[in-house]
Amino acid sequence: MTALLSVEGVSKRFRGLLAVDKVTFQVARGSIFAVIGPNGAGKTTLFNIIAGMFAPDRGSVAFAGERIEALAPDEICRRGIGRTFQLVRPFPALTVEDNVVIGAMLRRHDPAGARRHAHEVLARLDLFGKRHQPASALTLPDRKRLEVARALATDPKLLLLDEVMAGLRPAETDRMVSALTQLNREFGLTILLIEHVMRAVMALAARVLVLHHGAAIAEGSPEAVVREPAVIQSYLGAEAVE
Amino acid sequence: MSARLLEGVSRRGIALLAVLLAVLLAVPWIANDYLLTVLIIALYSAYTGQAWNVMMGFAGQLSLGHAIYVGLGAYAAAALYVHFGIAPWLGLAAAIAIAVACGAIIGFLAFRFGVGGVYFAILTIAFAEFARIGFDHFQWVGASSGFFLPVANYTRNDLWNLRGDPTMFYYVMLALTVAAFALCHVLLKSRIGYYWLAIREDEIAARSLGIDTFRYKMYAAVLSAGMTAVAGVFFAFYYNNLFPEQVFHISRSIELILGPIIGGIGTLFGPLIGAFLLTSLSEAMQELLSALGFDAPGVKQVFYGLCLLVVVIALPGGVWPWLAGKLHVTRRDP
Amino acid sequence: MAAEVYLNVAVSGLLTGLVYGLMAVGLSVIFGVVRVVNFAHGEMMTVAMYLAIALFNSLGLDPLVMAVPVAGVLFALGYVMQAGLINPFITRPEYSQFMLLIAVAIIIVNVLLIVFGPDARNVQTSYAFDSFLLGPLIIDATKVYAGGATLVITAALFAFFRFAPLGKAIRACADNYTGALVVGLNVKRLYALTFGLGAACVGAAGSILVLLVDVTPALGPALTLLAFIIVITGGLGSMVGAVLGGLLIGFTEAMAGLFFTPSAKSMFSFGLLVLVLLFRPQGILGKRVL
Repeated sequence: MTALLSVEGVSKRFRGLLAVDKVTFQVARGSIFAVIGPNGAGKTTLFNIIAGMFAPDRGSVAFAGERIEALAPDEICRRGIGRTFQLVRPFPALTVEDNVVIGAMLRRHDPAGARRHAHEVLARLDLFGKRHQPASALTLPDRKRLEVARALATDPKLLLLDEVMAGLRPAETDRMVSALTQLNREFGLTILLIEHVMRAVMALAARVLVLHHGAAIAEGSPEAVVREPAVIQSYLGAEAVE
Repeated sequence: MSARLLEGVSRRGIALLAVLLAVLLAVPWIANDYLLTVLIIALYSAYTGQAWNVMMGFAGQLSLGHAIYVGLGAYAAAALYVHFGIAPWLGLAAAIAIAVACGAIIGFLAFRFGVGGVYFAILTIAFAEFARIGFDHFQWVGASSGFFLPVANYTRNDLWNLRGDPTMFYYVMLALTVAAFALCHVLLKSRIGYYWLAIREDEIAARSLGIDTFRYKMYAAVLSAGMTAVAGVFFAFYYNNLFPEQVFHISRSIELILGPIIGGIGTLFGPLIGAFLLTSLSEAMQELLSALGFDAPGVKQVFYGLCLLVVVIALPGGVWPWLAGKLHVTRRDP
Repeated sequence: MAAEVYLNVAVSGLLTGLVYGLMAVGLSVIFGVVRVVNFAHGEMMTVAMYLAIALFNSLGLDPLVMAVPVAGVLFALGYVMQAGLINPFITRPEYSQFMLLIAVAIIIVNVLLIVFGPDARNVQTSYAFDSFLLGPLIIDATKVYAGGATLVITAALFAFFRFAPLGKAIRACADNYTGALVVGLNVKRLYALTFGLGAACVGAAGSILVLLVDVTPALGPALTLLAFIIVITGGLGSMVGAVLGGLLIGFTEAMAGLFFTPSAKSMFSFGLLVLVLLFRPQGILGKRVL
């Protein structure tokens, strides 16, 4: 198994707070990897570092063998990493379709080709029927799907999903899980996700990393990780272990 | 090309456009000189408004000092004509080059250093003021006493040197305005246009989709600057006199943006509708006030201010989006 | 040129800068609390200046004394503007706010033009030609009085925000809008009060400035730009920064006028502005609000 993403000893401090503390892990090509942990554990900061929003104070991030920790967000997307935001950021005044077309235009410079690809992606995420609606008119679950569709349209090799299940009802969660599973199986899309919804984590992830106060406290298969005492104590609580 | 030009416009819209164009082409035959002059001003406002709209409406950067590009273009072409006898169509190249350089500098300073919002607006005002004071001391082009183009008696229209009667200027301005609109429409439908919209809507999200926001903002800045400079060339050869106090003054920058704001920022027809509305209403108002004896300087500007106030409060998207809804002129894919 | 000349010009510039500083404090307060970018700031100041002149011409009262009532009138104007016009725009996109205030500015400038005409006006007090002699310094009496009055008013303002319950409530709004709402502060009213206070600063500064500078309707936009330069240089949201910025700009413009032609002195302020925007956008003392 080759590592598509390799995070090594990444640390980030904001003024007095050590948000990320020497985190090291690898994401294998074609796998689904989850990062879990209590709020404030540093998960989104870690994501933002990988996505290029800011550089780590220490450590390195390598993608397909290339060091990327110093690159800007748009350069990282061009290298093949797509991302969603925890608080969704659609282009509100534009239609659902145009939102995704903009994503598709990264690899397809002509509007017609971009539009065709956007339609495919929209269909895959069950948004084709709503494509002419302005993004601002969508419900939250639809906005989350739009966010995923838009990132997907850039043809990423690695997709970073930041709490994409938050606020979804169980039925919607299952739909999203199955869409992601399909993308992973059919296209070998590697997925790195931050999640609180354990139902989704158990269903999707092959490997899980647990963060607490910025540091990794456990890593392994989902079944193993949820049984670790440190994880139960800091995050899950005994009831979570079935 | 024509298919792309008309993309997204309903049949009704196309018909209306054709009628409008026909009317505009026929105007010199049916109108008197005064009306022609008013229309030239309206078209000039529409053109400069559209040029500014590229920066604001498309790339989301508020420029309150756009008069600097008019001035640079005007002085460049005028200086080359008066000092070296170079025709304005050639002087255009210099005018555009200088404006583009200036736009690139302002854009670079702003975008590279993260100067946005009100800070960017203030920066643009400061640059325009800098130019105004600078040109006030620039002896080669007359400094504060003004720069004058020779207005000899002509017997026929000289299009090459832009010397002629109002009709000639009218058609030149009409052609420029149509060209500006066509260009913007084509750009909006292409990748650069989509990217501009993305940047305007949410720059951070745009970057996460691989858009090099710096580069595209620079494109908008220099295109806007270059387009505005062309208007400057026209200005110089139409009015035949240039004073830094007037050309670079902040009032010019504000007047420039009234049309697009009232008509609708970021839309294609906003600047046109806004310019025509403002020009016609203000001329009508001035006629009325003259008849009533209220002919004081400043009345027209108070009127502009009130229009702007009303539109900002009541029709924040501008007149055009509201009007377009009523007229059903835009179309969606089936 | 002899050293005395530089010194005199510098002191003169600093004193004038104090008055500009008070104007800028008003802008800083408005932006710091209400988060409104008042593009009509300088125009409001010209209203105050014309008002002071009108009062001087009709009642013969010294503009320095008039600073208080003029400030009161401007306070009312500012309060009404904020509560009646600007408040809904706080949640609207930024450029809408700018356009609203630009519209107000345009209207003010041109109404003044219609009412007062374009000619420059000023005020000649009985002490207009007096000066103080302090060693090598020869300072205009008007400038000294103007500077003094400004210092008093500015100090009072600082004290208000530091010690008065209302002043502290306003600062609370600035620090934490939601928190202020939660503890029951009537934010809308406080915003209006703050805008009124900012306008009052401008009223006082304007009344004082007529002693130093001729007023025309066109002065409005120039003052607005100057206020922004001062506030950006000194630090948006910092009152002390605004005063320091005023002193700095007053000093720079005076010295620039000495070394180059007087008409070119604003170019230095613009240069300073560009440098600040590029390298230290939060200004000398500001908190980074970008």
